[in-house]
Amino acid sequence: MSELGTIGFGLFIILAAVGGAATLTWFERRLLGIWQDRYGPNRLGPFGVGQVASDMIKLLTKHDWVPPFSDRVVFVFAPTAIVVAMMLGFAVVPFGPDLYVIDLNIGLLFFLGMTSLAVYSVLLAALASNNKYALLGGLRSAAQMVSYEVFMGLSLMGVVMLTGSFSMRAIVEAQTDLWNFIPQFLGLFTFLIAGIAESHRLPFDLPEAEHELTAGFHTEYSGMKFAMFMLGEYLGLILISCMIVALFFGGWLGPWLPPIVWFCLKTFIVICFFILLRAAIPRPRYDQLMTLGWKYMLPLTLFNLLVTGAVALTLKGG
Amino acid sequence: MFKSLRSQLTTIWTILQHSFTPAETVQYPEEQPYLAPRYRGRIVLTRDPDGDERCVACNLCAAACPPDCIALQQGVREDGRWYPEFFRINFSRCIMCGMCEEACPTNAIQLTPDFEMCEYERQSMVYEKEHLLISGTGKYHDYNFYRVSGLAIDGKDKGQGQNEAQPIDVKSLLP
Repeated sequence: MSELGTIGFGLFIILAAVGGAATLTWFERRLLGIWQDRYGPNRLGPFGVGQVASDMIKLLTKHDWVPPFSDRVVFVFAPTAIVVAMMLGFAVVPFGPDLYVIDLNIGLLFFLGMTSLAVYSVLLAALASNNKYALLGGLRSAAQMVSYEVFMGLSLMGVVMLTGSFSMRAIVEAQTDLWNFIPQFLGLFTFLIAGIAESHRLPFDLPEAEHELTAGFHTEYSGMKFAMFMLGEYLGLILISCMIVALFFGGWLGPWLPPIVWFCLKTFIVICFFILLRAAIPRPRYDQLMTLGWKYMLPLTLFNLLVTGAVALTLKGG
Repeated sequence: MFKSLRSQLTTIWTILQHSFTPAETVQYPEEQPYLAPRYRGRIVLTRDPDGDERCVACNLCAAACPPDCIALQQGVREDGRWYPEFFRINFSRCIMCGMCEEACPTNAIQLTPDFEMCEYERQSMVYEKEHLLISGTGKYHDYNFYRVSGLAIDGKDKGQGQNEAQPIDVKSLLP
């Protein structure tokens, strides 16, 4: 792609991702409704899709309030960090054989780095709010994200081993014969759980945990700043889904349909699965979360890494 | 570990099966819910079969009312009947508990299956007697308090009520 085309495509991706995230707020509620035997928002427009617009108008016209006891600069800056980090993460997502913003040879590392940056947003928001619930949420999120970060990266190393490259495009192309979720099902399982924890969505929404911490790290946020956190969360959800599709389910690969359609279709199914997890599974206790991360997921990831390495070596050397 | 993993997977499967069950929601304004005849909704004051108001202003409903939303003033008519000079229910306080209906000795105050009484102004939630009185008998069609009670009114002395014995002269020794 030409320089200009790349910039245009990048802008398009940003717009599409934001639009997708906005629509997802409505779609998630409808889907949760279906699974909980109710309707969800179905009044405004066809199937209630106008709810997105009305929510947006509501959030935009809300009083943009900064509490006087907060650290003003950091308080205002914090919500943007998560959105920027997540949007940058979209740069390395391969939507099709020629549809990507940039094909870095360290694409996967770039993605991991960007999702790690998102933790700053939550932490800074919690600290700047100067509120005990926010602080508790921030503490939880720090512990959760640091411990799940550890095996999130490691769970992807199996894929990297099989491919021999960090480039997202090479990883997808290496799956032509066999999608990665068959040899790397342990990697998929651990990455899935780490991904939910990383985008702190239910069932791992301990940083927010509205039943315990009112709203956790965004207790003091309202209006558009709050919307930024929500946008970041939904962008994170889409990004993680895109990544799962690209890394484990063969990205754009698929018969008959054009590549981009396959990619979107697979991403959509993964997003639906994330929403299903939210509908089905209750939030674990904080110590259970830590136990799960360190005692089960980390050994499982290391085991997967070891076996993958051994098999890869045998195949190569044999 | 495996037990809990299995339980989680079962949960996910169960929820997924709910994609195919119909929603329980009643789409309210278009679809009206069924209200039982004894549903406790808007309060009315009923009349007896002769068309007179049943309320005798005994204040028992006001005494029973937990949020204290009933206010009334007793008056006596020329024929000896008691009646409320005013009867006021503040529906913005009323909790539709039905204690007034239970307390009422004359079946005058009754709750009806109607809850659609929203107003834009608070003051409109205060109902006076003319708003509360209905022209019918409500749930009890034949009951008329002054016909069965021992109270003497014009045209009916003590002991002339339905199922009522003549008053006993307690100062007499005769059987």
